[in-house]
Parts: sequence; C-alpha cells; structure tokens
Amino acid sequence: MDNVESLLHGFTIAITLPHLALMLVGVLLGILVGVLPGLGAPNGVSLLLPLTFGMQPVSAIILLSSMYWGALFGGSVTSILFNIPGEPSSVATTFDGYPMARDGRATTALATAFGSAAFGALVGVVLITFLAAWVAQVALAFGPPEYFAVYFLAFASFVGMGGAPPPKTVVSLAAGFAIAAIGIDTVSGSVRLTMGIDELVKGISFVVAVMGLFGIGELLLAVEEEVQAKAVSSRIDWREVFRTLLDLPRHGWALLRSAAIGCWMGITPGGPTAASFMSYGIAKRFSPRSARFGQGEAEGIISPETADHAAGTSALLPMLSLGIPGSATAAVMMGGLMIWGLNPGPMLFIEQKDFVWGLIASMYVGNIVAVVLVLLTVPIFAALMRIPFFIIAPLIFIICTVGAYSVSNSYLDVVLMLGFGIVGYLFKKLSYPLAPLVLAIVIGDKAEDAFRQAMLMSKGSLAIFFSNALVTTLVLAGIALLLLPLVLQVAHMHTTTKPVLD
Amino acid sequence: MSAAARSTILTAGAIAVLFAAPAAAEWRPSKPIEFVATAGPGGGTDNLARTVQSIIVKYKLTDQPVVVVNKGGGSGAEGYTYAKASAGDPYRVIFGTSNAWQQPMVSRVAFKHTDLTPIAAMAQDEFLLWVKQDAPYKSVGEYLKAAAAKPGEFKMGGAQSKDTDEVLTRMIEKAANVKLTYIPFKSGAETAVQLAGGHIDSHVNNPNESLGQWRGGTQRPLCAFSPQRLPKGPNVTATQGWHDIPTCVESGLNIPQFQQPRTVWLPGKVTADQLAFYVDLMRKVQNTPEWKEYIERTSQTDTFLTGAEFEKFMNEDIEHVRKIAAEQGWLVN
Repeated sequence: MDNVESLLHGFTIAITLPHLALMLVGVLLGILVGVLPGLGAPNGVSLLLPLTFGMQPVSAIILLSSMYWGALFGGSVTSILFNIPGEPSSVATTFDGYPMARDGRATTALATAFGSAAFGALVGVVLITFLAAWVAQVALAFGPPEYFAVYFLAFASFVGMGGAPPPKTVVSLAAGFAIAAIGIDTVSGSVRLTMGIDELVKGISFVVAVMGLFGIGELLLAVEEEVQAKAVSSRIDWREVFRTLLDLPRHGWALLRSAAIGCWMGITPGGPTAASFMSYGIAKRFSPRSARFGQGEAEGIISPETADHAAGTSALLPMLSLGIPGSATAAVMMGGLMIWGLNPGPMLFIEQKDFVWGLIASMYVGNIVAVVLVLLTVPIFAALMRIPFFIIAPLIFIICTVGAYSVSNSYLDVVLMLGFGIVGYLFKKLSYPLAPLVLAIVIGDKAEDAFRQAMLMSKGSLAIFFSNALVTTLVLAGIALLLLPLVLQVAHMHTTTKPVLD
Repeated sequence: MSAAARSTILTAGAIAVLFAAPAAAEWRPSKPIEFVATAGPGGGTDNLARTVQSIIVKYKLTDQPVVVVNKGGGSGAEGYTYAKASAGDPYRVIFGTSNAWQQPMVSRVAFKHTDLTPIAAMAQDEFLLWVKQDAPYKSVGEYLKAAAAKPGEFKMGGAQSKDTDEVLTRMIEKAANVKLTYIPFKSGAETAVQLAGGHIDSHVNNPNESLGQWRGGTQRPLCAFSPQRLPKGPNVTATQGWHDIPTCVESGLNIPQFQQPRTVWLPGKVTADQLAFYVDLMRKVQNTPEWKEYIERTSQTDTFLTGAEFEKFMNEDIEHVRKIAAEQGWLVN
C-alpha cells in the first residue's frame, strides 16, 4: 500500500538522533506548560515558535507537535489532582479523575488517564495514516447546518443524560450561553453584553471561567467542609502504574467507543472539547457501571481522555489537508507552517511528502515518548497529594490567579476568575450541574454562529437542517439522545434517585 | 468624522513627520518589545507580525527581544482596546489592518483610530473574486449574469461582518446591480473551505488565503480587484499564475481598486523620537530579502506609507467606507 511505504519513509526521517532529541525536549516542555494552567499548549507553542525560524520545517514541526503531545498529557494532571483543568478538553476528566485521586488512588487515576490517552492518540494517528484522503473529503461536506448539527449532538448527548433535574440543567446551560455571547458577535459584528466594561469586548476566556468554577469553587467547598484538612495518604507504588495499565484492556469496549467518538469529532471538526464531553456523556448513559460515575469510576476517566486525544490528533489532519486548524494549538502551528514557507492545503500531501510523512511518523514516535515520560512522572505527581491541605490550598489559589492573569495579562481576568469561583461554589451548594455551563461556554458561540449562518443561507427556514442525509441523520440522532431519558422515565415510572452530575 | 477631527489628525501627522527625521537616532528601546497582533494565530495579521519579528531577530535590528502576542478577541477590538489603555508606552507595537478605523464606524467598540499613533502601512493585500473549481462560470460576466437571474440566491462568504469582505460584497452588488446573500465566517481560511465544500457560491479572499486551495484544484479566481493585473511570478497551477487572472475592470465589473492595508501602530501619546525609531525599524525590515520573499509568497503589494501619506490614505478610505456603511445603515456614530 502506498501509504505504508510513505510512512516507512517517514520513519527514516523521524527516527534520527537529532529528531528524537527534539521530541524529548518538546515533550518535557509540553508537560511543563500543560501542568501549569493558564500557560497551556497554545501559549507554549507560540512562545517556542520564534526558536524554530531557523530550523528545517520538518524538525520545527516535530518539536512543536511533541510539545503539543506533552501538553495534552500534562493538562490532565492538574484536572485529576486539583480539579483544575488546564485545557478545555480536560474538563470532563475532572468528573471522575478528581474524586478518584481524593480517594487516595491518585496513581491509578493518573495512569488510567495517560494509558487511555495514549491509546486514543494512536488510534487517531492510524486513522490519519490510512484514511487521510477520505477524511479530507468528509470534512468538506460540513457546512454551517452540519456544524450546528454536530454541536447539537454534543449538547444532546451530554444534557439529555440527566442526573440533575432538567430545569437546573437548563438554567446552567442558559447561563453558559449568555457568557459565551459576551464580546463581538461574528454574524452581526456588534458588541454584546459588555456591560460598559470595554475590555470585555474580547469575550470571556474559557480558562478564566474554568479555573474559577472548578479550582476556586472546589477550594471554597473544601475550606468549608474541612474534609481536606489532612493530606490524602496516596499510595505511591510503581507496581500500581503497571497494574493499572495491564488492567486497561478490560475496558476495551469503552476505549474503542471513545476512540471512535474522538476521531469522528476531530475530523468533523467538532474538536477535542466537544469530543470529551460527548464521550463522557455517552459512557455515563450506556455503561453498566453508570451509577458510579462521578465518584471515581475508571470508565469516567477513560472515556473523556481517549476521545480527547483521538480528537486532538485527528484534528491535525484538517489543518494539513484543508488549512483549517481543528484546535487553538493547531492554529499556532499553522502560522508556523506559513512562516517556514509551506502552504497548508490540499497540495501539501503531494508537494511536501517528506514533511507530511515525517510529521505523521513523528506522531507515532512522539506519542510513545510522551506516554513513557509522563508515566515516569506519575509517582512524583501523585506524591503532591500527600502535601497537607494548608500548604496546597494557597498554592492552588496562586496557580489559579497566575493562570488567569497570564491568559492575556489582564487584571480583569483575575477578578472574573474569582467571581467564577463564587459561582462554582454556589452551583455546588445548590446542586446545579457545572458541566452544561462549561460546555455552553466553550462551544456555545460556535453553535450560535453555525445556526445563524445556516439561517442566513436558508432565509430563515428550519428545513435546512433536514436538507441532506448527513445533516438529517445528525439532527435526528441528537433529538433521539435528547428524548431518550424521557422515554426511559416513562418506561420505569418509579425511578430511584440518580446522582447529580457535576 | 468631523472636519475638525480630520484636520487634527493631519496636523498631528505633519508634526510627527517634521520631528521624525532629525530625531531618528535619539531614542533606543531599553526593555523587551511586545508585538500585538490584532488577530488570532495563523491569519494574515499574525503572519505579518511574526515575519517582522523573524526579520528583526535575524538581522539583530534591535538588541532587545521581541515577543508576539495575539489579542484577536472581538475581531481585533481586544488588541486596539489594549493599545488604547497602553497610551504612552513605546514598547507595544500593534499590527492590524484597516479595521483600526473601520470597526469603530460600525460597532460600538471602546477605541478610535485616533487613540493610536500610526507608524506605517507596510503592504497592501489584494482581493480576488473566487468560485468553486467546477462552477459553470468562466468569467465574471457569466457569474454576475447568473447571480442577477436569481436575486438573493447567490451566497457570498467572507471573514467577519461589516468588515472589508462585506464592504467589497456590497460594492459588487452596487456596481453590477445584483443582490447577494452575505454569510460571515470567522476567517478567510474557514471561508475558503466552505467554498471548497460547495456550501457557498463565491468569496473575495486575499491571494494568500486561497493559494493552497487554488493549487489543490478546489477553487479558482475569476478576477482581481486591482488597477492592473497582479505581478508576474511562477505559475500557481499547472497552467496559470496570478498574472493570468484578468482585472475585474477588464472583465466588466467596474471596481478598479480594493485593497487591504497591513497597518502598524504605537499606542497614543508616544514621543516623536520614539515614533521615529519604529518608522526607521520598519523601513529597515522592508529593505531585506526576507521581506521581498514574504511579499512575493503572499502575493501582496509592497508599499510603505508613513506620516502624511498614511494619513491621506486613511482619510480617503474612511470617507469611502463611511459612504457604504451609511447606505447599508451600519453606522453607529
């Protein structure tokens, strides 16, 4: 097969001493920026970009993409240990990762996350290797109505799943949509909901919202309940890392399903964040262990992590073949591509074979380097849980404050972050689910843009959402997922109380 | 803008020019310089800021480090608002386009272009009319005839709302007496992909935004909105290069010129010798082979407008856009 030959050629480019060294450096730097919230992969890559100006394009992209892999892995660390997601796509990992770590099983939680993430990434790369041409065609089929249908599906798979009473979910969603609407509106070009604060024209950064809602919110709860007043005695055991990894295949079905969801969302291009939420939502609904979700269930970590990395990896494909970046980091790398003198687009695969296949081969090697390195760090990170709460609490506070400030060097963001902390605390106290709020903040404005673009195209007719087989299928699947809980409720009228998803 | 305000800018510009030359060597940066791209990573503005950065680093044009930050929120308003708040700070250089003066006309943002100190307009990006590769129209004439037959049915995509792409769309409507439906997307790259997928009928992307798509055979340009054909260069596809694309005027669409200036600014209230330093720095950047290569690669037109020339250009553009914005009912003040 042609692609296998190209890939083998790619390996001869990727596996050379200088390139392996670059991968090592990139991954280590990536883990570092991934662990520090607020810095994040896009910022890290853009800080590193000037260093690559003098490099060969293929070396440069290997360095930057290795950093991306490192950051994707590192982003899960703070989600699991401190309930602070470093990246939008690792929010769903907090739902079960944090409870598990607080249970004293930080090692297991981290190893589960890294193992399933590596699996997702590898599935994504294999997909890129063999289906590159086909995938590019699929992505072209997505216009505004199809985009909206994908987002609708993501909302539906997550929201309809229930747990929290539907009115509370709706309130949480609505608040998220309102926050997403702040700033300049793409479709009309006008300024919305800035409430006289000029700086809000840029909109509210996801990182700021999430560090407040999760990090500070959790901190306030902990202070009040004093449950964390003493350190969690987390076992630090190398054998635990291996045992967890060997245990992963038991969740084979969850891994495969999540990887499929991730690849689909990465290509379509719903992106890693929507993918991880959707995967978690679907796992929670269909898993036999769904009752334990939210309390430290392994499948609740596997599902979002696998999907996140599968999507993150396959999101590089639209960037290379179409010139549309699937994530913020991919956008920075695309800027790099142009400065190195390459034109992302359909011709890249034909004119720059060495570059493209060198990169794809480096994705295999880079992910393996990343997962080995990151597994080696598990005991170190797990040991952080042993630090007493009275030391770790101020640290979390500092991390959140610095993180919020460094998003765009703005004090307003720090104030907003603290405000979100109080909101997060109140939501938890009043049993409102946070997940729909976060999901709406992250993809609410994209869903709105796509809906209004579709309405402009159809001159206001909703029939556009049923105008071809693809969009009709997506919309019907979304509606089915929304109605499923209703149907189930009717089926067993006397349901027992379900746990609140938060 | 009132006549009084306009004359104030002109005076300010004239003073800047007067003081610029003799003071050129007096101010030197003594700490790191921040380049603020008023757009997200990957687009034309970001590309310009990073290219200038890479040239400055390569030739050591200043001994201070240069960092690029992206403040593209609110269609660029984030970066300009940030610049306004940085009045008097000569370590922040803002990279933008004509939206520095267009955006305040059509939406209630907190800045005006008079809050900034213009350094230069460093390049002019060209516009072309693009259709899908397999579209039946071979020329602008055929395209417009088909559009006229179905008023409002033709979908024109573009980046942002009430910005250059939509202004040009409205100009086409007027010049050719057709009615198009304008669909705003986030960026030119996104728009190009929408055309490749056949979700829209046309767009007016810059050459660089659709270069890869043209080579890849998913879309092709019908005409260029420039007074003469784009410069000769290597062929883009097997048979055609930019020079083979007719101007819109020669193919019957009477819009002789439409360009997007790439503009560079300092915050307000900086001193004349600080401004002079940056004008001189940008001039040095422009005289490098790397810059020529950048201009050629992105098929832009090399210009260097500064001082009174830049002011004149700006005021003409403001008058022109203001007229269109007024006709469309976009004006907010």
